[in-house]
Amino acid sequence: MGTSGLAPVAPTTDHGTKSMAKARGLFDPAILRQALLGSVLKLDPRVQIRNPVMFVVLVGTVVTLLEASFRPSVFSWSITFWLFLTVIFANFAEAVAEGRGKAQADTLRRMRSDTQARRLTQSGTEESVVSADLRQGDLVVCEAGDIIPSDGEIAEGIASVDESAITGESAPVIRESGGDRSAVTGGTKVLSDRIVIQITAERGNTFMDRMISLVEGANRQKTPNEIALTILLAALTVVFLPVVVSLDPFANYAGGSVSVVILVALLVCLIPTTIGALLSAIGIAGMDRMVQRNVLAMSGRAVEAAGDVQTLLLDKTGTITLGNRMASAFIPVGGHRDRDLAQTALLSSLADETPEGRSIVAFARDRFEISDTAPAGQGNFVPFSATTRMSGIDFGDRRIRKGAAEAVMRWAEELGGTLPSELRQVVDRIAAAGSTPLVVADGPDLLGVIELKDVVKPGIAERFAELRRAGIRTVMITGDNPLTAAAIAREAGVDDFLAEATPETKMALIREEQAGGKLVAMTGDGTNDAPALAQADVGVAMNTGTTAAKEAGNMVDLDSNPTKLIEVVEVGKQLLITRGALTTFSIANDVAKYFAIIPALFAATYPQLEALNVMRLHSPQSAVLSAVIFNALVIVALIPLALRGVRWRPSGAASVLRRNVLVYGLGGIITPFLGIKLIDLLLTATHLY
Amino acid sequence: MGHFLITCLVLVVVLGLAWRFLGEYLVAVYSGRAKWFAFAELPIYRVLGVSDGEEQSWQRYSVSLIIFSGVSILATYLILRLQPGLPFNPQHLAAVSPALSWNTAVSFVTNTNWQNYAGETTMSYFSQMVALQVQQFISAAVGIAVAIALIRGFARHGEQTIGNFWVDTVRGSLYVLLPIAFLAGLIFVAQGAVQTLSGPALVRDSLNGVTQLIPLGPVGFMEAIKQLGTNGGGFYNTNSAVPFENPTALTDFLSIALVLAIPVALTYTFGKMVGSVRQGIALLAAMVVIFGIWTSFTAFAEAQPNPAVAAAGLTHQPTGNMEGKEVRFGSLNSALFGVASTQTSTGSADSAYDSFNPMGGFGLLTGMMLGEVTPGGAGSGLYTILLDAIVAVFIGGLMIGRTPEYLGKKIQATEVKLASLGVLIMPITVLVLAGIATALPVGRAGAFNSGPHGFTEILYALTSQGNNNGSAFGGLNGNTVFYNVVGGIDMLIGRFGIMLPVLALAGALAAKQVVPASAGTFRTDNQMFVVLLLGVIVIVGGLTFFPAVSLGPLVEQLSHGRFF
Repeated sequence: MGTSGLAPVAPTTDHGTKSMAKARGLFDPAILRQALLGSVLKLDPRVQIRNPVMFVVLVGTVVTLLEASFRPSVFSWSITFWLFLTVIFANFAEAVAEGRGKAQADTLRRMRSDTQARRLTQSGTEESVVSADLRQGDLVVCEAGDIIPSDGEIAEGIASVDESAITGESAPVIRESGGDRSAVTGGTKVLSDRIVIQITAERGNTFMDRMISLVEGANRQKTPNEIALTILLAALTVVFLPVVVSLDPFANYAGGSVSVVILVALLVCLIPTTIGALLSAIGIAGMDRMVQRNVLAMSGRAVEAAGDVQTLLLDKTGTITLGNRMASAFIPVGGHRDRDLAQTALLSSLADETPEGRSIVAFARDRFEISDTAPAGQGNFVPFSATTRMSGIDFGDRRIRKGAAEAVMRWAEELGGTLPSELRQVVDRIAAAGSTPLVVADGPDLLGVIELKDVVKPGIAERFAELRRAGIRTVMITGDNPLTAAAIAREAGVDDFLAEATPETKMALIREEQAGGKLVAMTGDGTNDAPALAQADVGVAMNTGTTAAKEAGNMVDLDSNPTKLIEVVEVGKQLLITRGALTTFSIANDVAKYFAIIPALFAATYPQLEALNVMRLHSPQSAVLSAVIFNALVIVALIPLALRGVRWRPSGAASVLRRNVLVYGLGGIITPFLGIKLIDLLLTATHLY
Repeated sequence: MGHFLITCLVLVVVLGLAWRFLGEYLVAVYSGRAKWFAFAELPIYRVLGVSDGEEQSWQRYSVSLIIFSGVSILATYLILRLQPGLPFNPQHLAAVSPALSWNTAVSFVTNTNWQNYAGETTMSYFSQMVALQVQQFISAAVGIAVAIALIRGFARHGEQTIGNFWVDTVRGSLYVLLPIAFLAGLIFVAQGAVQTLSGPALVRDSLNGVTQLIPLGPVGFMEAIKQLGTNGGGFYNTNSAVPFENPTALTDFLSIALVLAIPVALTYTFGKMVGSVRQGIALLAAMVVIFGIWTSFTAFAEAQPNPAVAAAGLTHQPTGNMEGKEVRFGSLNSALFGVASTQTSTGSADSAYDSFNPMGGFGLLTGMMLGEVTPGGAGSGLYTILLDAIVAVFIGGLMIGRTPEYLGKKIQATEVKLASLGVLIMPITVLVLAGIATALPVGRAGAFNSGPHGFTEILYALTSQGNNNGSAFGGLNGNTVFYNVVGGIDMLIGRFGIMLPVLALAGALAAKQVVPASAGTFRTDNQMFVVLLLGVIVIVGGLTFFPAVSLGPLVEQLSHGRFF
């Protein structure tokens, strides 16, 4: 989303977010065309009544239309036209927001086109059925090239699957029976091998179906904060009715009269039309922003709750640290030079294709600039085995090994070597610090120790510091022992950690935080995470995870990237901020509108009130019309902001508030003065008013 | 000018002490710690059949409030209607008319003290003391009780009760209002306020051959509770302008201090009871800012010459607009008195507000239109500003990206609904009734003046009653069936239309759990919050009343060709 205006929110993301919505700009012409049609269709009063603010505008338009019909004038027709446009613009905002989801849903629907499934009968033979006829528990066979007909669990076999239809990620993933990687999703494609799938979801109820209805917003419900805001806006609408209606007897008392058209114009300008028009678009766009980050939120409520989260439970591996331990130091012993140790360690790892092994090679090359002196082809590589717990290389008479400290030391001693006095001390120290010591031996000669360390993702500590400033506590969840966990926690800068975590302790932690009134967010993928995911206020299940996990959580991350949790919180906050900011803006706008309309309204009765015409608007008619036009155009002008959301960076509440009050409060007071004046100048140029 | 500034300075010191010590005392009273009046308190509970340990849900609290107020209105009404048959009526005053009795009964029970009558020629001593003065005590106690119930709503978590209406009302009357009013009453009487039951004095001026009947009565002590309870209803028609009620500059100062004492002190009580005095200071700061600006503005307006007098040729008016003012108070102190009276729900007057310069009148009128929250009436000021605070918290809280919280309580649909209702019911009621009054001949007939000033008279009357203020702009003949009935409705809605949502809010808040504060929490004890709160108070008041005000004092002022 190039136009989203957001800085890359997770600099530590090791695989970039690939989104199926990526190609679609904020204002795709196709969507705009749909939206224009939609904004007319939404004029249906049954749709309008759901939005009390805009309903009042619609009724007002009908009133001015009648007035203009019976007592036609350029002015009353102009007002009617612009009031009508105000309603249309509000519909348009909603239609644009919906359009983006609808377009995505259409793309998904095309992929769901009916496939033939190969169902296994009781007798073990295959029969061809339409995928729509599949029932829960049916067994189907899929081979390379087949589209998986419906959601299910792999009953037997292993296959690589292209899940790009859902995730947008083109690299295939491995799915196999048993364990936490057995779930497959209908609509994805088997690339190799043969699997037997037990169907877990029937047509209409599959993950893809749910995804379509979610991105489409088919059964969108108002979220708690949205309801509260709607109430406030309705109240602000109701209060302006007597304000405006009472002006008629007041004016009569003063011996004058006021025009109905101007009263309606005043009412529409005063009621919070800006936020009223954009409110539902903001909500839809919030869900949509989640989708763009490849997160499927099961409800708007979940998105909103994300903004309230005060505690983030983050899995250590993959979120806080890079997935694997990496070489971080060579510590020579027994008088050996570190360069020799590095050289030997490099040789020992040349054939070691594990991430740890590769990290040793990389570290030796980077740190000691050891060129590739591998006697390629000459040596015999000794692979790692669970019994020897070491790997290495034999060439010439040299036998180089590296591996678990105890194993290598015993191996060297058996060859007649002696333990350098400080070796055991070094090994213990490294282990105590939470790292893994690997001992390197060249025959009986023990050269030193490689320290393998959990590497905290670059930039993550700053990120946690930011979250802390925003009042969000981070808790690292790890299966490591407390000592190791404490060391990594310190380095990563998390506020707390849960070591030797089990599903039960995780659950207990969530309950404890919630008992203190906090909202908790977590990620998880395994079946044993399911209870905790369900208990958490925001449970983000990894798409790679099990069906149970996906059903327990209230969001699914299609990228299966646990760092995403931070972005989820961000989207939630943006959603609320956008609503608050536009409400403030909308109300602040009223000040200028009063100064435009009140002098105009009583121009005949009390010409003295012209003193309030601080904008020096040309004539009463141009003043009123300018205010109404501004009121309508500001809706259009703010649609991009409503869809994109107001920027949020993790920082203290005070600074966020100060900025938004300045921009949307003060800005909301000043902008309409300028805007109305400008429109008035343009209208005056037409010589119509 | 120098005297005025010294007065203001002393007032700040006195109110500072009231804030700290009266505020602390109120905590002791409403938490049940103060017990020194138990000898009188406990028998009252026995008579009422109340157990002082028993707490009420918000529904039961509200029902008690309604029953009590209904009985009070009926009792007051009956006393006024049956006045000729009751004792202490030395002037043999006739029964008060049904419409006026209704208006007056509602007026005193709702702490409004709007008076469509001249006390000294309408009310017997019995009516003044038993019907009106008793209500001056208990209506103030009821107001404070509701404020305390709302504070409890914030302070409690996960509880179903918000206190006991009967206990709160009794304790407020016995422990707070009676002792302070008694002491203040002594000062009033000592300074020369009248206090007698012996009937009017007949004065014969044999030199000029004139006899005059000077009405006297139990004035001094009524004066104390009139001000302390933010009631404002005086014994005499001319209220605090007459020396029998407000004899000296000292009693004038005391009146201002008494009016502001409880509303100001309640901000301390609030802070203390919710566990952070700073929270109360934030509310107080908002009150002080508006009160300060309005006082300066109104005082400045009244320091200007009276345009009508100037037009008649007397352009040199060094002491400002002195029309309708007492020489012993002067224009500046009268402006301060007026602002104190209209920004609380008092409505007493030591000068004729009708004779204020247009911008001075504007200052008084708009002070009420802001909802009387700066600092507002006894109790009503605090609970109403808390409604504004909830709206401020909601909008501000959204802008930091969290479900808004106030004092750890999430502000959600229920709270927003009740707060909006409480904040907006007053402007809606006032504008609708003002619209009706200006539309109907019976309403138009009431105004003494025509044009914008006449409009201001009508608008002021309905604003004053809708805010339970009771101050009169003058010029409007309110003692008609129309204005008596409409005014009564205005006062009832202005009082209970806010109290009931407040109690419902108290119940909803008390039941909620607290969200712990963090760096991401919207703070409600700093400058930014005060700014937001001021914004809500001024913008809600301003936006709802701007058109009406522009047709009254604003156009009148502009007719003079300049703002001042």
